[in-house]
Amino acid sequence: MMLELNGVEKTFNPGTVNEKKALTGIDLKLEQGDFVTIVGSNGAGKSTLFNAIAGSFIPDAGSIVLDGQDITFQPDYRRSKTIGRLFQDPLKGTAPSMTIEENLALAYLRASGHTSPFSRITKAERELFRERLAALDLGLEDRMKHPVGLLSGGQRQALTLLMATLVTPKLLLLDEHTAALDPATADKVLELTKKIVAEHNITCLMITHNMHAALELGNRTLMMDAGRIVLDMGGTERAGMTVDDLLDRFAKGTGHILDNDRILLSKEQGVAD
Amino acid sequence: MISTAIVFSALELGCIYALVAMALFLSFRVLNIADMTTDGAFTLGCAVSATMAVAGHPVLGLFTAMLAGSAAGFITALLQTRLGVPSILAGIITNTGLYTVNLAVMGFSSNVPMLKTNTIFTMLEGLLGEDFPTKLLLAALIAAIACTLLILFLGTRLGLSIRATGDNPDMVRASSINTAFTITVGLCIANALTALSGAVLAQYQRSADINLGTGMVVIGLASLIIGETLFGRGGLWTKAVAAVIGSIIYRFIIAIAMRANLPSEALKLISAIIVVLAISMPAIKKGIAFQRRRYAAMHAKGGARHDA
Repeated sequence: MMLELNGVEKTFNPGTVNEKKALTGIDLKLEQGDFVTIVGSNGAGKSTLFNAIAGSFIPDAGSIVLDGQDITFQPDYRRSKTIGRLFQDPLKGTAPSMTIEENLALAYLRASGHTSPFSRITKAERELFRERLAALDLGLEDRMKHPVGLLSGGQRQALTLLMATLVTPKLLLLDEHTAALDPATADKVLELTKKIVAEHNITCLMITHNMHAALELGNRTLMMDAGRIVLDMGGTERAGMTVDDLLDRFAKGTGHILDNDRILLSKEQGVAD
Repeated sequence: MISTAIVFSALELGCIYALVAMALFLSFRVLNIADMTTDGAFTLGCAVSATMAVAGHPVLGLFTAMLAGSAAGFITALLQTRLGVPSILAGIITNTGLYTVNLAVMGFSSNVPMLKTNTIFTMLEGLLGEDFPTKLLLAALIAAIACTLLILFLGTRLGLSIRATGDNPDMVRASSINTAFTITVGLCIANALTALSGAVLAQYQRSADINLGTGMVVIGLASLIIGETLFGRGGLWTKAVAAVIGSIIYRFIIAIAMRANLPSEALKLISAIIVVLAISMPAIKKGIAFQRRRYAAMHAKGGARHDA
């Protein structure tokens, strides 16, 4: 068992008019190597679930266990030693005024917990960074001394993906990480994601608004609504599913139709929308 | 006219105050924190160094001053990272408390005269002889060492973490770095540099005064921004050296102002205006561009009406 959530609950602004029950008892178990896609309506609690796992807040109730270790009360920066995370906003994952090499060195800190804080980037590390950058096939390996602020959104998101997986994480959280990119770039970043996740057999949770991608990628799909998981499918049940079946199941499970504007917009399109 | 003595004194003071500009480069530019501890930490450095020198330990005085300065930075960092005090207020609070501490260090007197005291400058003069530009040499050497160490430090793992903290806090937390820790280390180093500047200045001018640090944060920012505007495009080295040069230029501006018989009381106002102009320049440029566009658009509309 790689990740285990038991009855995780979170209410924002409790006792006020703005009270919002964001997570209402989430139970979730992920095996090593699971690639799980998550879809759901607006405000279903998908990102809140990620925030709970990554440690942006401590849940009101329940426990979170990662690879046998209870991390419920661990601060976010500790968890990020083993949890990689990508946001929708490509600007969130990199430091713009620092060079590509320096950004990678920061990400590599996770691996080098035992070295002196006063050590500098070594030749061997620089070679490793170059090699991994070259694998992205974006030409970034020749621009290692350039500030990241000069890169495009897609390049920055690809770099963030590399940073999150430079040291293989126990868990990778992808929060609509291609949604802010243009279609061609989004496709490229998604391809890279598939490649890297498969190569290192990374356990991965991916939020997406693209129903085709949700069914096609990974081995399991979750649907969320009103702070809970309403549908959890894998294996043969998922293999035969179409997008319409999925929407149908959602309506039956929750008693209302899925109201995510972007999902509805992307319904007619292919994976690389 | 400007005499050699004035040039030398501007260069010497420029090198000494450059340490404050470097400190603000670290806190204001790298960490993106306006550190109001600066004024108090500068005076603290003066007070500690003067008291230690009077007691017969001028060299040790510099190191003690840096230690005291970093303690002040630690308090400010503790207030903002652990106790939820807003960052600017944290500096102001420490600064206010430091006034009492500084008086206490000077034996509850508002100044420490050091006329016959042995200082790092007199010590080196004793070694090199009278006709050597000892003061400039020593001030430049201290500035060069501090600058080099700071830049080397910013290239280390810890240094990279500190730079990223100011650049993108979201990303830093996702890279397993504790921002409370990096902010603390950064503010400790910045205030150690500021205190060192005060420490060297006290021994340079052979006196410490409770008001020496007043307005230091603005003076430091003015130097930093002058340097950035003139030479600051490029890597870390360029930026740090620009801060030193900016500080020297600032001292020349002051020297010229003094020659022009401006009263020394006017200098703080001039510094304030320099900082306002430099920081507001982007906003002013934007405002002018907007007015121009609006004027052009109105003009075009008026013209069209005539045609019809």
